[in-house]
Amino acid sequence: MNTLRRMRHDARGLTGGALALAVVLLALVGPLVAPHDPGAFVGRPFQSPDSAHPLGLDVLGRDVLSSLLSGGLLFLAEAVAATIIGVGLGVLAGTVLATLPRKPADIALSFNDALIVLPQIIIALLVLTRLGSSPFTLIAVIAFAHVPQSARVVRVAVQRVTSEGYFEAARGFGARWGWLFWREIMPNITGVVVIELSIRLAISSVVLATLSYLGFGATADDWGSMIHQNQGGLTIQPLAVLAPVAALGCFLVGANLFRDGLSRALAKGA
Amino acid sequence: MTTSAIALRRAAGEHPIARYVVKRLIVGVVMLAFVSVAIFFFTQALPGDVARQVLGQSATPDQIASLREQLGLDRPVVVQYFDWVGGLFTGELGRSLTSGLPVAEAIAPRVANSAVLVGVTVAILFPLALAMGATAAARPRGIIDGIVTVLILLVIALPEFIIAILVIVILATNVVKLFPPTSIIDSSQPLFAQTDLLVLPVLALVIGGLPYFTESIRTTLREELMSEYVTWARLTGIRERRVLWRYALPNGIGPALQVAGTTLVYLTGGIVAVESVFAFPGIGAALTAAVANRDLPTVQTITMLMAAVALIIYLVADVCGILLTPKLRSALAS
Repeated sequence: MNTLRRMRHDARGLTGGALALAVVLLALVGPLVAPHDPGAFVGRPFQSPDSAHPLGLDVLGRDVLSSLLSGGLLFLAEAVAATIIGVGLGVLAGTVLATLPRKPADIALSFNDALIVLPQIIIALLVLTRLGSSPFTLIAVIAFAHVPQSARVVRVAVQRVTSEGYFEAARGFGARWGWLFWREIMPNITGVVVIELSIRLAISSVVLATLSYLGFGATADDWGSMIHQNQGGLTIQPLAVLAPVAALGCFLVGANLFRDGLSRALAKGA
Repeated sequence: MTTSAIALRRAAGEHPIARYVVKRLIVGVVMLAFVSVAIFFFTQALPGDVARQVLGQSATPDQIASLREQLGLDRPVVVQYFDWVGGLFTGELGRSLTSGLPVAEAIAPRVANSAVLVGVTVAILFPLALAMGATAAARPRGIIDGIVTVLILLVIALPEFIIAILVIVILATNVVKLFPPTSIIDSSQPLFAQTDLLVLPVLALVIGGLPYFTESIRTTLREELMSEYVTWARLTGIRERRVLWRYALPNGIGPALQVAGTTLVYLTGGIVAVESVFAFPGIGAALTAAVANRDLPTVQTITMLMAAVALIIYLVADVCGILLTPKLRSALAS
């Protein structure tokens, strides 16, 4: 809360937060207010905007505005779920890495690093080859790809805590691991975890959008797929591509500005 | 033990930097082994009927039997794994399940195309990022510094495919039509003879890689410029330009190489999206197609190749970083 109060005068961070929030609201409320069924054919392909269809029609003659309003909810829900699960497991793995004895920790760390060698989009594609895309597999694969990366960041933060006197003292009194984790470690790494969550949410969204664009989304009518399907009509009906590009862009850039503000506020508080 | 291994060990025993390189190499090989197990697990060893998943519900029992035979799915998983790893060494990577061609033969021209794409990108990106990062560090609140800040706040958040789409909108379709919006390459001619097809994919990759690289150079150099030896150099009257390029930059080269390595690995991920946007016939687009068609041997080969390249890049960046940074070099030698 103190951190958020410190962001009060940060115009850039607040603008970013508002921008990202606006896109989230659009995605949440959108399905309820969409003027047409996003799957219905209501006219000729790539028809230009008119009063009934302010953003025109897409490659199959569907209403672009309705697709835009309906295509964000599942996508954002998947991104949030993958981020929370991935960072949660990353915190656990990072804590284990930080508290293991030296030799096993070294081995575990090099195994962890081996999983970071491939970019996340490649890991996702690799895993989806056999499993196929569904909301469940997408969340699982993106969460899985976050774990080794978050574990690295959290490990360093936890090591800083475990080398402190108060931690040694608590351990000396014979405190249990559960106590040490929730009462000594977690409160002292909250800042790191919050920043990690915001970074990972951006990466989840980027990977999910890219997978959708490449044809591996859970549905065929989210923002990423819209861009792919309508790319061929760029010269005739650019809005069918630019509308989802703007939605994704506003969300990602807004979230990044907010995260930047958050990091600065946390650094100031520390 | 072979004579070369003995020579290697002798050299390593005598020379601390050689010892470090050998140690780093062994770690790299172990990591590659980990990665190979993960790749094999997710493509071939995952529970479920591989042959039916690949061929789909409409496949006849004969087709399924012949695919099982081709992939050797009836044997124990461990045997399948070592057979596959053995194939990586001998170059027998199996046949593509879609084209029927040997995988190595099918992807070789695509590897070459992607290598040209990444090579040209790097040739533009690295010097540009270095120049922009150095200028931004030397002149805080200048124009370049402002551009770097905008890049880091706005562009870094965008996925490569959106950058690529925006590049198409601005330069190929809606605003001006300077370059073709797709890169359908004539394979009978060398890629260098078709440079107009390279411009937009390279531009998208350069814009995508620029923010992180420039920002890292700016941060590193700013730290160096605030250090005591720089203050001393300035006090002795050495000109600012020389302080930057001759004193600060060499000390920042180690971290900069790490960033260069990370950027190169980022580009191996970036080409997947960018090649697909422009229909550029490279290895990234090949991977996307292979995943869509569940062409397991091709997916295995391409991901393994990307992992090996990434590990080599990190190794070279680490070793060069140590060789080029005076402080680290002497720390290792003592």
